[in-house]
Amino acid sequence: MAAPTAQRLRPVNRRSPLLRRHARLLPVLPAVLLLLVFLVGPVLWAFHASFTNAALTGRNARSPGWVGFENYQRLVADPVLPLSLLLTIIFVGGSAILGQNLLGLAIAILMRRARRAVAAVVGTAVVAAWVLPEIVAAFAAYAYFSRDGTLNQVLAGLGLGQPDWLYSFPMVAIMLANIWRGTAFSMLVYRAALDDVPGEVTEAALMDGAGGWQRLAYITLPMIRGSIATNLMLITLQTLAVFTLIWVMTAGGPANASTTLPVLAYQEAFKFGDIGYGTAVASVLILIGLVFGAAYVRLLRESER
Amino acid sequence: MRRQAYGIMSLIAAAAMALTACSPAAPQSENKTLKVVYQKTDSFSALDTLFQSAKKEFEAAHQGVTVALEPIQANDDDYGTKLALALRSPSTAPDIFYEDTFKVRSDVDAGYLLKLDPHLEGWKDWDSFDDGAKAAGLGDDGGTYAVPLGTDTRAIWYNKKVFAAAGVSVPWEPRTWQDILDTARKIKASNPAVVPFNMYAGKATGEGTVMQSFYELLYGTGSELYDAGAKKWVLGSQGFTDSLAFLKTLYDEKLAVSPAEALDSNVWKKVFGEWLPQGKMGATVEGSYTPSFWQKGGSYEWPEYGQDMGVTAFPTQNGQAPGGVSMSGGWTLALGAGTKDPGLAFDFLATALNQKNSLAFNIASSQIAVRKDVAADSGYQAANPFVKDVSKLVAVTHYRPATADYPRISAAVQEATEAVITGARSPEQAAADYDTAVKSIVGDAKTVAK
Repeated sequence: MAAPTAQRLRPVNRRSPLLRRHARLLPVLPAVLLLLVFLVGPVLWAFHASFTNAALTGRNARSPGWVGFENYQRLVADPVLPLSLLLTIIFVGGSAILGQNLLGLAIAILMRRARRAVAAVVGTAVVAAWVLPEIVAAFAAYAYFSRDGTLNQVLAGLGLGQPDWLYSFPMVAIMLANIWRGTAFSMLVYRAALDDVPGEVTEAALMDGAGGWQRLAYITLPMIRGSIATNLMLITLQTLAVFTLIWVMTAGGPANASTTLPVLAYQEAFKFGDIGYGTAVASVLILIGLVFGAAYVRLLRESER
Repeated sequence: MRRQAYGIMSLIAAAAMALTACSPAAPQSENKTLKVVYQKTDSFSALDTLFQSAKKEFEAAHQGVTVALEPIQANDDDYGTKLALALRSPSTAPDIFYEDTFKVRSDVDAGYLLKLDPHLEGWKDWDSFDDGAKAAGLGDDGGTYAVPLGTDTRAIWYNKKVFAAAGVSVPWEPRTWQDILDTARKIKASNPAVVPFNMYAGKATGEGTVMQSFYELLYGTGSELYDAGAKKWVLGSQGFTDSLAFLKTLYDEKLAVSPAEALDSNVWKKVFGEWLPQGKMGATVEGSYTPSFWQKGGSYEWPEYGQDMGVTAFPTQNGQAPGGVSMSGGWTLALGAGTKDPGLAFDFLATALNQKNSLAFNIASSQIAVRKDVAADSGYQAANPFVKDVSKLVAVTHYRPATADYPRISAAVQEATEAVITGARSPEQAAADYDTAVKSIVGDAKTVAK
């Protein structure tokens, strides 16, 4: 009985997985096309432009020419590049990998133990910064850190010194602003991840006599390491690209002391009209993003095993 | 393998998301629509008024033609960038636009601007434009590509009350740089809370740093930025170092604002809006358009400015001829190279710049008139108490080199001033840094040591 049925079905079975697989891709097609047109397209364009002397004005705007690696040679010799790279690493490391990530994790853990009302208030306060459009958040941060800003008013009230944050400590100011703005994202990711840690495992550890820190280090963190890797990847890429915040607060100054790569790329491409050189900086930024991303993807794959 | 590919794809996507922040404007392809792009800000609405009235006038005279006004709300730098981006593509390029004089030549090189000579021949008003001002619209080929709206000069604006309180006799007429320092020190000694003499410095104030500060110094030393005859940039001049040293003295002795204040891009708003009107600043170097901020309807109305403020020419280093220095810029109207109906677009330009509209604009924005019939108008001459004083400075004024490299050179100058006032470099070091920067921008062959 079974054999004929199987025989009758076989041709259908042979065709359907293929068909099904292709049909399944149909709904994603528009999204993929949009990605190709609006994301991959500009990236490829930027790579291409970085090998030309395209400009916003002047003779090169009319007929940009192919200059090979000239922009990259200039970039390597540019004294601003090492500074800018270093500032970008400090900015990403300090405000994303350490700041947003650890603070987000801490808040998420504490919120599980806090009273409902406290958790709600804290959650709202943290998420509020995330909800603000970037330009609004940037102005708020500027108003907070500026010479006569809120922070200095408070410090004056306490009888403390009033440093000019945006001038004397521009990196500190923009990193604090970025932590303030971005912590909500890490917090939300970690809250969701912590909710997925089964209670029995934690309980079992408790029974075995593990203390709070031990449970965190040996149970909770290993169990959410997938989320940690994902979160790190997303906030790293986001922070690498932060531009509005820095531009509004310090515009890369004083004396390039807060010129991260996106600010440098913008200055070169739009302020000086040198699109070829600006896109070369942007290409370096993309490459750094790719390296970070590839590292995290590896981390993710290992954590899934 | 495939998963990795997706991972990398998504990474590229994420990275790209970071770098694609601009969206193209909607194309406009109607035949009888003229697109006009210009700048409008909270403190600069005179141009908007001009175009609104020109639009009304023009549409009444040309049935079926719509003038689409598209103001860009941005500062000078960002306006220039947005305009250049719009000009890059024929589908977004405006028909008529507001163009800074120092960008005319490089934008002509870029092929953005329409040559106006055939249209100017038939325009009788063209004869009433000042010949010197006409030069602002010239391209490298000698053709005219833009028509000036007005020009400006720079001078020292000082608060007579602050000066009198410190025992300085007014009217004040400094002859040398030393006179400035002496007076500033006197004011500082009599009232340490007052900023005696401000000059902009650093990158935050952009072109303001060079136009309203550094070039007044440099061109008063007998040196210059660019040798227009030889088409070479001047390096290693004593004048350059001296100018930086003067700024250093001003900032080190706290005769100007603090470096932190100078490096805030909003500092000029405080100068106009708070410090000068409230008597907290003795003097500053600013443009002839200064009264536009204080007159009725300006952003920082100050009814008494006519009596309280005085204006005087910026002196040369040691009082050498011609005894004063000024810088001029100014803006023009130009037509897009790809405009569909050049005749119609030029008609609109002619309407916008006719005697009536020019007069109203020059008065509202305190510009120095470039039309002789406007300059002779009694309404213009009485527009503010300083028209005569600042117009006189046209005799000692200088223009920026209008080459495509200029924005970069200007940035290098701004960087030098920033390094000096923050104490990061000595004037000699900063000047050497500038020389290196210029060489790397234009190449050794296009520089000359003087």
